[in-house]
Amino acid sequence: MADRKELFDNIKSFFVSNMVTIVFVILGIVGFYYSGLSLPFFVNELSIRITRNSLLVLALIIPVLAGMGLNFAIVLGAMAGQVAIIAVTHWGIIGVRGFMLAMLLSVPLAIVFGYLTGKLLNKTKGKEMITSLILGFFANGIYQLVFLILIGTLIPMDNPVMVLSSGVGLRVSLDLTGGLKYAIDHIWMMSIPWTALTMSTYTMLFVLIRFYINKAGKMTKKVKNTHLYILAVAVIVALGNIYRINMIDENSAFLWALLATISLPILYIAMKLYFDQSEKMTKKSAQKHYYFVAFALPSFLLSLYIMRTASIFNMLRVPIITVLAIAIVCVFTVYIMKTKLGQDLKTVGQDRHIATTAGIHSDKTRLTAIIISTVLASWGQLFFLQNLGTMSTYGSHEQVGMFSIAALLIGGASVSKATIGQALLGVVLFHTLFIVSPLAGRNVFGDAQLGEFFRAFVAYGVIGLSLGMHAWKKQIQSRNSLK
Amino acid sequence: MKNNEYVLQMKNISKEYYGNRVLKDINLSVKAGEIHAILGENGAGKSTLMNILFGMTVIHETGGYEGEIVLDNDSINIKSPVEAMDLGIGMVHQEFMLIPGYSITENIKLNREITKDNLVNKFLPDKLKTLDFKKMGTDARKALDTLGMGIDEWVKVAGMPIGYMQFIEIAREIDKKNIKLLVFDEPTAVLTESEASNLLKAMVKIKEAGIAILFITHRLDEVMEVADNVTILRDGELVATKKNNETNVMQLAELMVGRKIEKIKKSSTEKRIGETILSIENLNVMMPGEEIKGLNLEVKAGEIYGIGGLAGQGKIGIANGVMGIYPTSGEITIKGEKLKLNNPKDALNKNIAFVSEDRRGMGLLLDTSIEMNIAITAIQNKGGFIRNFVLFTQVNNKEMKSHALNMIKELDIRCRSEKQVTRRLSGGNQQKVCIARALTLEPAILFVSEPTRGIDVGAKKIVLDTLVKLNKELGMTIVMTSSELAELRSVCDKIAIISEGKVEGILSPDASDVDFGLMMAGEYKKMQSKGDDIK
Ligand SMILES: Nc1ncnc2c1ncn2[C@@H]1O[C@H](COP(=O)(O)OP(=O)(O)OP(=O)(O)O)[C@@H](O)[C@H]1O
Ligand SMILES: [Mg+2]
Repeated sequence: MADRKELFDNIKSFFVSNMVTIVFVILGIVGFYYSGLSLPFFVNELSIRITRNSLLVLALIIPVLAGMGLNFAIVLGAMAGQVAIIAVTHWGIIGVRGFMLAMLLSVPLAIVFGYLTGKLLNKTKGKEMITSLILGFFANGIYQLVFLILIGTLIPMDNPVMVLSSGVGLRVSLDLTGGLKYAIDHIWMMSIPWTALTMSTYTMLFVLIRFYINKAGKMTKKVKNTHLYILAVAVIVALGNIYRINMIDENSAFLWALLATISLPILYIAMKLYFDQSEKMTKKSAQKHYYFVAFALPSFLLSLYIMRTASIFNMLRVPIITVLAIAIVCVFTVYIMKTKLGQDLKTVGQDRHIATTAGIHSDKTRLTAIIISTVLASWGQLFFLQNLGTMSTYGSHEQVGMFSIAALLIGGASVSKATIGQALLGVVLFHTLFIVSPLAGRNVFGDAQLGEFFRAFVAYGVIGLSLGMHAWKKQIQSRNSLK
Repeated sequence: MKNNEYVLQMKNISKEYYGNRVLKDINLSVKAGEIHAILGENGAGKSTLMNILFGMTVIHETGGYEGEIVLDNDSINIKSPVEAMDLGIGMVHQEFMLIPGYSITENIKLNREITKDNLVNKFLPDKLKTLDFKKMGTDARKALDTLGMGIDEWVKVAGMPIGYMQFIEIAREIDKKNIKLLVFDEPTAVLTESEASNLLKAMVKIKEAGIAILFITHRLDEVMEVADNVTILRDGELVATKKNNETNVMQLAELMVGRKIEKIKKSSTEKRIGETILSIENLNVMMPGEEIKGLNLEVKAGEIYGIGGLAGQGKIGIANGVMGIYPTSGEITIKGEKLKLNNPKDALNKNIAFVSEDRRGMGLLLDTSIEMNIAITAIQNKGGFIRNFVLFTQVNNKEMKSHALNMIKELDIRCRSEKQVTRRLSGGNQQKVCIARALTLEPAILFVSEPTRGIDVGAKKIVLDTLVKLNKELGMTIVMTSSELAELRSVCDKIAIISEGKVEGILSPDASDVDFGLMMAGEYKKMQSKGDDIK
C-alpha cells in the first residue's frame, strides 16, 4: 500500500518537475506529424540547427550554477563575435585562418564586455536577470551607434561592399560567402550514421575506461594486461576506421564488420565491469553511466544497420569539427565544475552569505562566471554565423539571448539549476518546434502565419511560463516552510 | 620576547547600529587554553561583540566599531571573515553556515578544498585545479572522529537533525590547522542535553590542545562546568568578569539580569480539565534521529501536557508528526474528528499551532517586520487582521500593530519598534517572535517544542508564565516538549516520558526524581514487572 503510494508520488513529482519538457516533447511529436515533413529532411534540418545553436545555449550554464540566473547578457558576447567577424571580413582574411583570427579577436572584447556586465550584476544582486536583459538592449543601442553612425565618420572604413553607399554606417547584412562561411563546417563532414556510430563507440569506450580506472587497483595483473591489450587493439582499429572513412566507400561491408567485431568485446567488458563496479560507485553516478550505455548501444546498432542500407540518411552530413567544438565545451564545463573555481561557483550560487563568510570572494567568482559565459557566447556566435553564411549586422545578436534561454528552459533547466543534458535536449526540442510549427500551422489551420506566431510565442511564452512556474514553486516551498 | 600572556585582548570596544549603541567600552582578555564564557540577556550584545572579532560584514556595513583588538602581540583590525580565519580565529555561528545541498565533507572543507596533486594540476593556477575528494573525505572523517561522530562523511547536510549540523560546524573549525581562538555562539542552544554534554567534552579536548575558546551560552550550569572565566554583559555594558571558582549560578544569574531571579513556581489555582481533546493511537513518525514507533497518548482539554525524555528517543517527533512535517502513520483524533495525516494545512484548520524546536530552519521571514512576522500565519490561514471589502481584502494595519505591540510587551521582545525587520533582532528575541506568531493563532491546542532554548534565564520565566497564563485565561491546551525536566515540572500538569519511540510512563510533576530518572533511562517498566514477579 505504502509502496504504491510512494510510486504514485514519485511519478507525480516526476511529471510536475518535468512539466515544461514533457509538454514540449508532445508538442514536437504532434507538430512533426502534422507538418508532413519527411524524416530525413527533418533530421537534416535539425542536425544543422543543433550544431549551429548548441554552443550559445551551453554558454548559459555556468552563470546559472553561480546563482546568477539566466544570463540575457550573452547578447554582449554575440556582439563581440560579430565585431570580430566585421573586422576579419573587412581585412579580407578568409577561411579557417579568418575564423581563427576572429576567435582570437573576440576574446579580449568578450572579456571586457563580460567584466563590465559582471560589475553591473554585482551591483544589482538578486535582480540579475532583469538587469542583464536591460543591459542587452542598452548594449544594442551602443552597437548600433558604433556601426550605424560612427563607422565612416569617426572610424574611417573604406570598403564599399560593407559600408552603405553614403559612406557612413555598415550595410544591413553582411554576406560571408567566400569568406567565413562554412570555414569550420566544411573542414570535415561525415555522414550522420557514421557520426552516430563513432560517437556511440566513444561513449561506450569512455564508460569502459571510467570503470576500468576505478577498478584497476583491484585487478590481477593478467586480467589487467588482457584488458589493456583488447583496449589497445580497439583504439587502433577505431582510429583506423575514422581514417579510412574518408578514404574508401563508407558502406564498405568490410569496415562495419570489423567495427562490429571489435566493438562487441569492448561492450562485453564494459558491461561486465559495470556490474562489478556499480555497487562501489555512488548510485547516481553509476546510473549516469548506465544511461550513457543505454543511449549509445541502440544508436550504435541503428547506425550500423542504416549504413548497410541505401537509406538517404547516408547522404546527410554533419560538420565534425563543430561537433567536436561542442563536445569540448561540454567537457570544459564539466571540468570547470570539478575544479576549485567550480566549487566556489556552486557555493556562491547556493548561498552568497555563507560563501563570503567562508572567505570566498563571491563578487570575483561571479565576475569570472559571467566572463566565461560571455567568451563562450562570442565563440558560439562565430560558429553560428559561419554556418548561417550571412550576418544581419544589426539583428543577428538580438534574439540570441531570448532563443538560447528559451531552449535551455524547455530542456528542463530552471533559474537555479541547469545541466549540459538539459541544454542539449532543450536545443533539440526548441528547434524541432521551430522547424515543424510553420508547416504544421499551415496544414492544420490552413495558415502558415499561425505557425510563425507560434514560433515567436514559443520563445517568449516559454520564458514567461517557466519563470512563472519557478516563482510559483518557490512560493509553495516558502509557504510550506511557514507551517 | 613574549610580554603578553593573552591570545586575545579586546580593549574598549564600542559599537553603534543605526545610532543605537549596543556595545559600550567592553574589555575582554583570553589566554591560550582557556574557556572564557560570555553571558548576557537576549540582546545584551554578545553576538555583536563576536561579529566584530570575526570581521563579519554586518559590522562594517553599519559603520564599523571603536576600540582596539590585540591578537598575540599585534594590534589588528579585522575587516573580513577571511582575515579572521587567516589570523587563526574560528567561529561557530549562532545561525548555521552550512550549505544544505553539499555533503558533510564539502561543508567541512568549504573554501579550504584540497586540490589534486597530479601532472596536469601542476601547471594550472590554483583555481583551476581539480578537487581531491578522497583526501577531503579523509580529513573530514578525522575531524568527525575527534568529535565522536560516527556519521558517514558523504551524506548530504539537507534534512539532517540540527544537533548534527552543529557538530559539522565544529568539525569544520577543528579541521583548520592554524586555529588559535575558537568562538562558539550559543552552540548548545539547539542541542539536547546529551548532545550538549558531548559538545562540552569536545570543547575541553580542544582547549587542552592549547586553543582559546570564547563560549556564549544561556545555560549557567554549562558555564560552571567548563568555563575558566566568565564575562557578563548587560545592555551592551560589561558588568563583571569572574573566575569560575569565585562565583556560582545564582550570582551569575543576578549579574546578568540585574535583579534577583525568582524560581519558577507552580501556581496551585484550580483549573478546569475537560474531555479528551487529542488522542493519538499507534503513531509512527519517520523523523530521522527522533523516530516514533507505535505511540499512544491522550490529552485532555485545558491541560498543560509535558513531553520529556532523552535525546534521540523520539519526544521531538510527536509534534512534528501531528503537524505533518515528517511522514506519519497511525490515527490522530482532535475533538472527536480524525486529523488528516501528513497534511499541515489540516492541522492548522483544526486549530492546532506549533512552535518548532528548529526555529532557524522554519519560520522567520528575516527581511520582514516583527509585526508582519507575528501576524502572517494568522493572515494566511485564518483570515485574521483582514478587512473585508466587497471585492477585495486588505490587511488591517492598525489592528496588526496593536496586537504586535501587545505581544512585544507580554513576551518582552527587545526591539526598537514593531516595524524593525527580524534580521536585526538578537537570536533570542527572534525566537520570541516565533512564539508570538503561534500564540496569535489562538489555537485550541498549542504544541511548543523547546520553548526556552536560547532564551536567557530572565526571559525564560516570562515565556513560561505567558504559556501558563494563556492556558488559564483562554483554556488553551498546551503540549510542551522540552529537554529540561525542571522546566516541565514547573508548569505541566502531567508529564509523559518518551523512550524508544513510545511512552515509557506518565508522571505527575511532583513525582520523585528516582521515577523520572528510571523512566528516562527506559528502565521503569522493567523494574515494575520485576517488582510484580517478586510479589
Ligand atoms: N544587523 C543589525 N542591525 C541593527 N541592530 C542589530 C543588528 N544585529 C543586532 N542588532 C541589535 O544589537 C543588539 C545586540 O544584539 P546581539 O545579537 O549582539 O544580542 P545577543 O547578546 O547575541 O542576544 P541573544 O542571546 O538573544 O542572541 C540588539 O539590540 C539587537 O537588536
Ligand atoms: Mg546572539
